[in-house]
Amino acid sequence: MGDMNIQAIEQYRSDFLKEVEERVEEGHWVKMCMQCGVCSGSCPFGPHWAHPPQEIFMMIRAGKREEVLSSDSMWMCTSCYNCVVRCPRQLPITQIMHGLATYAHRLGLAPRNQPTRDFSILFWENCTKTGRVNELKLTLGVYFREGLMAGIKKAWNMRNIGFGLLLTKRLNPFELFKGHACKDQKGIHAMLKKAQEIEARRHKLPA
Amino acid sequence: MTQAVATNQTILVVGGGISGMTAALEAAECGKQVVLVEKLPTLGGRTALLYRYFPKLCHPVCGLEINLRRLRGNRNVRVITMAEVTAIGGSRGDYTATVKSSPRYVNENCTACGDCARAVESEIPNPYNYNLNKTKAAYLPHAMAFPQRYVIDPSIIGTPDAERAKAACKFGAVDLGMKEETLQIKAGAVIWATGWQPYDAAKIQPYGYGRFPNVITSVEFERLADPHGPTGGKILRPSDGKEAKNIAFIQCAGSRDENHLRHCSRICCMASLKQTQYVREAYGDEGRSTIYYIDIRAIDRFEDFYQKVQKDPTVKFVKSKVARIAEDRATRDPILHGVDTEGYHRYENSHDLVVLAIGMAPSVKGADIPAEIIADSSGFIEAGANGGIFGAGCATNALDVNRSVQSATASVLRAVQVVNKVARAEA
Ligand SMILES: Cc1cc2nc3c(=O)[nH]c(=O)nc-3n(C[C@H](O)[C@H](O)[C@H](O)COP(=O)(O)OP(=O)(O)OC[C@H]3O[C@@H](n4cnc5c(N)ncnc54)[C@H](O)[C@@H]3O)c2cc1C
Ligand code: SF4
Ligand code: SF4
Repeated sequence: MGDMNIQAIEQYRSDFLKEVEERVEEGHWVKMCMQCGVCSGSCPFGPHWAHPPQEIFMMIRAGKREEVLSSDSMWMCTSCYNCVVRCPRQLPITQIMHGLATYAHRLGLAPRNQPTRDFSILFWENCTKTGRVNELKLTLGVYFREGLMAGIKKAWNMRNIGFGLLLTKRLNPFELFKGHACKDQKGIHAMLKKAQEIEARRHKLPA
Repeated sequence: MTQAVATNQTILVVGGGISGMTAALEAAECGKQVVLVEKLPTLGGRTALLYRYFPKLCHPVCGLEINLRRLRGNRNVRVITMAEVTAIGGSRGDYTATVKSSPRYVNENCTACGDCARAVESEIPNPYNYNLNKTKAAYLPHAMAFPQRYVIDPSIIGTPDAERAKAACKFGAVDLGMKEETLQIKAGAVIWATGWQPYDAAKIQPYGYGRFPNVITSVEFERLADPHGPTGGKILRPSDGKEAKNIAFIQCAGSRDENHLRHCSRICCMASLKQTQYVREAYGDEGRSTIYYIDIRAIDRFEDFYQKVQKDPTVKFVKSKVARIAEDRATRDPILHGVDTEGYHRYENSHDLVVLAIGMAPSVKGADIPAEIIADSSGFIEAGANGGIFGAGCATNALDVNRSVQSATASVLRAVQVVNKVARAEA
């Protein structure tokens, strides 16, 4: 991961905009932003993140690579698409936010302990393992993210809902041990590998 | 203005705004025969509905008055009002236009005494005040109307109101039997000058136009400031009639926006700068104007006007396109939400009134013009396809009056060359 970051720094030198254009999903749109501010004003999460989209786009153009990629702003995006429908330049802002987050994660620059990022990792690993989401493991993974005591406390708080799910057969405790899986797990893994290769090629990522 | 017989040396001008009037007059003053077709009952177009003109802040009366005087003094122009061109056939040097005219129900005996209007009881929304107030169903469009002749609205035809109008007229000018007519007019060249219309503000959903009474458009604001307007020149809020002293202007309302109009409407920055001076004129140092903008485009030599307004302490500039407008339920004050670009500060600003600097769209879109023309992606005319049809004024682009007039003169130069060629061929 660290190597990939060093490789990127060497390849693009100080041209962060170009790096984003080539390597980030929908990154080629960034230069179309005219800094009107509608996206930032439209974001329901507005006051809660360090840099609203408009500012992120300006920072990219200003070459603030470290600040952008290590920022937790992109991780705050809830995919409400308010900005996308209002942007006068029709930038796919939501997609760019996720593109930046993914790229920062790949380079190992994304902020540690960012809840959205932690959840994304848990979810991805959970569902790609067997090709099926194991909800019980995923939920417990989230509960115990911050340690044993915090996990027990959260589980205890949610116990009534848990029992309700159990009674209505929406929760199978045996999932914790084996869990259901899709028939052709090998096939799924091969497919994901192929997709990764295609993506790497499209975004000129080192193999 | 005698009746001129149209031939293939005639120049047909469609649209009688400042551009069409200029084109008609300049061609006529070169000795050409001109037919000027206007859709509404009066010439003048949208400039007649402005309170003052930038950059000198004079009233549109003077500019229009000069043109009307030239028009009255010229025998080469035949004006047909309340008429539209529905088809243009033929080719350069030999066109035939189909012109459909609607009945005015008032003939040339009218002296504009106004007796019919006093007799009539029904009222209709007044289009010359952007429907902000009402006018009698027998009316003179506005003080500068040309021809100075009343109009009877078709909605009262067949009702006792129409009969009342007829009975009231001492000059026998009310003719309720008038019918729609279709004329064929020959022309060697055509100048298309149908101008612009304000973009439909209700389509800009987050700004609440149509839902919030205190959100209006810049064209409506011109009427509020005008002594001939619905409030007699007082800047009052539509919701409660209170004086609006703290006014927000939102730039690029509909313009420069892929979801609405793609182009920059070019004059609205200047229009808002001008309108801040209406606020100053009305309230002096107590007035408050705030312009929310992406960037101010005071086209070329108007930069000094911008600088003058920047020095005015009652005018504030916020570099930000407003994201959305909410409304205070109790006071009905519009509340503007956004983030400013100079520092990325989030704001939530309350104003008495919001004026949307509404974008300019072509009033007849390129595709709807009944002739072959090449239009840009916004529907403005770029060129005629067969060399004898020319655009002028705001039919070709979002222009101010000065540039509209220049563009009209340019189109006349081209049209005159076409009919001169015809004349030489026939000589
Ligand atoms: C808020 C605002 C403020 C402005 N203030 C200023 C200012 O201060 N100074 C300045 O220089 N400019 C100003 N402008 C710009 C100005 O209004 C235009 O430059 C001017 O109106 C252009 O004139 P025109 O003749 O091209 O078009 P128009 O004024 O639109 O005239 C077109 C004419 O064609 C007629 N017509 C339309 N369709 C048809 C048809 N199918 N058949 C026949 N006739 C038809 C219309 O009825 C109209 O009479 C302002 C614009 C706005 C929006
Ligand atoms: S709304 Fe679009 S153009 Fe405006 S600042 Fe955001 S991304 Fe840029
Ligand atoms: S003139 Fe100004 S307000 Fe009008 S579209 Fe252009 S930038 Fe926007």
